[in-house]
Amino acid sequence: MHELSITRNVVAIVSERAVGQRVTRVRLEIGCLSAIMPEAIRFCFGICAADTPVAGAALEIDEIPGRGRCNQCGTEFALSALVGRCPDCGHTGLRLVAGQEINIKEMEVEPCV
Amino acid sequence: MCVTCGCGNTQEATLSTAAGTVEHEHEHEHAHGEHEHVHADGTRHTHSHGHAHQPVTQVPGRDAYLIQLEAQVLGKNQLLAERNRGWLTGRGILALNLLSSPGAGKTTLLERTLSDLKGELTATVVEGDQATSNDAERIRATGVRAVQINTGTGCHLEADMLQRALTALQPPPASLLLIENVGNLVCPALFDLGEHAKVVIFSVTEGEDKPLKYPHMFAAARLLLLSKIDLLPHVRFDAELAVANALRVNPDLSVLRLSAYSGEGLSEWYGWLRNERAACARAAA
Repeated sequence: MHELSITRNVVAIVSERAVGQRVTRVRLEIGCLSAIMPEAIRFCFGICAADTPVAGAALEIDEIPGRGRCNQCGTEFALSALVGRCPDCGHTGLRLVAGQEINIKEMEVEPCV
Repeated sequence: MCVTCGCGNTQEATLSTAAGTVEHEHEHEHAHGEHEHVHADGTRHTHSHGHAHQPVTQVPGRDAYLIQLEAQVLGKNQLLAERNRGWLTGRGILALNLLSSPGAGKTTLLERTLSDLKGELTATVVEGDQATSNDAERIRATGVRAVQINTGTGCHLEADMLQRALTALQPPPASLLLIENVGNLVCPALFDLGEHAKVVIFSVTEGEDKPLKYPHMFAAARLLLLSKIDLLPHVRFDAELAVANALRVNPDLSVLRLSAYSGEGLSEWYGWLRNERAACARAAA
């Protein structure tokens, strides 16, 4: 459900930066370990964008795979959950280095006629 | 329709104090100054100018522009959260964000804690729920000031809601501020309010694998309170396994076991609160 409020933030930020121009495309970056469902964002986007400069814009989402770094030996490895084990030394203490992003990468605008 | 300004935005949270006043807040768009622009080929057009200046490149072959944003979607919430944190830290107020599933015993633990520590400290409470003022009324019955935030469609508190609650509550310097978030193990983990620590409450009537199923909440917390331990003889719940699962998600998590009903383990919880308050007072000094 938090995807609704996140999508409203996306539309607000993009609308503000568009300063009256029509937005035709928005590209987001969402980490696979961010607890954000891209499908839910897509579902909310059209609804949130209605009656804003973002209405009708295409939405592209890049999903960023999770990566962790072992607290013990420093090895970096792919992570599909918040819990994991270092493939080198077996340690379970780790720090996330990727996968928690919720960013707006870029947007495309067309000047108003 | 908003009764303050007449706009059609009804999706925002409302806030109610003991006096029953209800506030409503949202943003209104503001216009940017227009200016005229002359292109290299001599054509002119007028457009407005924004605050931000991002790298802009023309899309080849089209009258369209690509704007690199690199904007954090939760950046605004983070900014407001840091402002709240500064406000609280400067006054030596210890703010704790209490998180759990619905029914884990947050409000009962608050009632007991506030009653037991009444003579020792001043506390205020922010209650978050989708609807009703029931929890704030339960807290006020203990003699403690509380505001209720109803998030409506929202499933979590956000930093701007806490900011409004602080304005309404005006917690005194060196006091304890307890924020009871909406009962939900997913969304509240993502939204920093400006608290000093998140405390997750996990009751023995839930499943031992809850930390693995909802890892974000346990990863974000500093303290885990395993609650309702008076029920352990009556439920099939392996407390050791539950704690081990929580520590797998967050090896730095502190764990206390307690029952607000029997009182078992409460002295350790109060000890933790005293230590945190002392650290908070040192930071403000």
